[in-house]
Amino acid sequence: MIEVNHLTKRYGDVLAVDDLSFGVAPGEILGFLGPNGAGKSTTMRIVAGFVAPTAGTARVCGHDVARAPLAARRALGYLPEGAPSYPEMTPRAFLGFCADVRGLAGDLRRRRLDDTVERLGLGPVLERPIETLSKGFRRRVGLAQAILHDPPVLVLDEPTDGLDPNQKHEVRTLIRGMAAGKTIVISTHILEEVDALCTRAVVIARGRLLADAPPRELEARSRYHGAVTLRLADAGQFERARAALAALPDVADVEVDARESRLTALPRAGRPILPVIGELAAHEGLSLRELHLESGRLDEVFRAITNPGTDGRAHAAAPATASPRVADATVETRS
Amino acid sequence: MTGLGAVYRRELASWLATPLAYVFVVIFLVLSGAFTFWLGGFYERGQADLAPFFNFHPWLYLFLVPAIAMRLWAEERRSGSIELLLTLPVSPGAAVLAKFLAAWTFVACALALTFPVWLTVAYLGDPDHGAIVTGYVGSLLMAGAFLAIGSCLSATTRSQVIAFILTVVVCFLFLLAGFPLVLDLFRGWAPAGLVEAVASLGFLTHFQALSRGVLDLRNVVYFATTIAVWLYATTLVLERGRSE
Repeated sequence: MIEVNHLTKRYGDVLAVDDLSFGVAPGEILGFLGPNGAGKSTTMRIVAGFVAPTAGTARVCGHDVARAPLAARRALGYLPEGAPSYPEMTPRAFLGFCADVRGLAGDLRRRRLDDTVERLGLGPVLERPIETLSKGFRRRVGLAQAILHDPPVLVLDEPTDGLDPNQKHEVRTLIRGMAAGKTIVISTHILEEVDALCTRAVVIARGRLLADAPPRELEARSRYHGAVTLRLADAGQFERARAALAALPDVADVEVDARESRLTALPRAGRPILPVIGELAAHEGLSLRELHLESGRLDEVFRAITNPGTDGRAHAAAPATASPRVADATVETRS
Repeated sequence: MTGLGAVYRRELASWLATPLAYVFVVIFLVLSGAFTFWLGGFYERGQADLAPFFNFHPWLYLFLVPAIAMRLWAEERRSGSIELLLTLPVSPGAAVLAKFLAAWTFVACALALTFPVWLTVAYLGDPDHGAIVTGYVGSLLMAGAFLAIGSCLSATTRSQVIAFILTVVVCFLFLLAGFPLVLDLFRGWAPAGLVEAVASLGFLTHFQALSRGVLDLRNVVYFATTIAVWLYATTLVLERGRSE
């Protein structure tokens, strides 16, 4: 487990981490979110013992990273940002080195190395210098190093950065597969990843903790939580549908995407609007190609949390500016 | 301790994987031979000893050892692998010592490859083998001191070039600390005690005593202390980088 208490890190005048506190329990996969420069990497470096905090403490499995650095590091698997390694070494030599430093020996060493190489699919590149490997393989070598000693705590700084969609999927599957009983923290920019992988999300910006909740709960803060999107089969019904939706008492706003003949009705807080919209469609004789209930949009919540000034409502203005195109699109589809 | 051994072996293996190692060995052997036989007047002196050989070591080391030391930490900082190394369960002290020992082992191997010079002098005459042994010991210790200085300065920067230049300058000052060039910097203002202290720090004075066959414990202790102090300074530089 990880406990971070009132952690502060100051670089000269810059406050990189500002009185940050959170805990992560075994079995949890914590997604660490924030814009670039929010202090994610600094926090992870402090937990890994690479950077010393200005104030506050961090504990890994109960070991204070400042007072008992070696015990804390033994319990930790850490993937630094950019997955650095020794470029002239082969993955086999590099992982062997990591195993030796970690004191793995004999049968256990061989088992752990074989298991890790297999999990990350490093077999084909074991004898090639790391500097000649693709970005994806280099990232996997970094991950292999982090999980080699089967640590109870994993801290992974952008584990899927630079990977193609297939590799991202593999890495997520790998992390999910290891999650039982482990404490895992990942940082990422990719919000779908948080949704797909994490049991909890922490959002920080300018070094401060702004939100700490399961992804579902964060999504529920979205204006789109409970929103209903419908796509019309007949573009000619577009304007009529829009007016009808806007007239519903529980609908706060209607967003339009004329190009796709798509309408999104946003509910007034907490009101279920799907049933009424279903009835409305039947009543008005709208032919629907698609109708679905949204659980919320993390990216919008993320923007609203980390940029409180713009409030995520900034793009509510979009439909107005887009309306000239509505007409165009309608004409196009008619012709 | 397992960490220290692992880092040591990795470092040594990485030396052998780079062309720099072979370039270093070849240049060291060629130059030490050239200096001994031409500049040193090995044959003309008509004496069966290795004084002309050892006399040039300080000057060879002045440029060759910083070239070895410069990549110790600067390279790790540049590539970011330092973050990996220092978050493995190895204390910074053990990492510093392991890297230093690996580089020192490498220099020792290069030095050992000069054995034909010893064979030559043994074939030609009847040298004082004890003096040659102390000469080798002194040479190795001095190389260690240069390396320790280089290790510390390499940890201050991510540029190998800067590390190299700083190390050459500092080694040069230490080399000549007993000579007027350096002492005159202090004579004008410093108390006599300090001037003497600076004078006693000179590598050359301590090395020459050893290369003449005088195995004075004080000279050995001097070099050992110098190495220890600079290695400790390296760990302080690394620790400082951590809290900055």
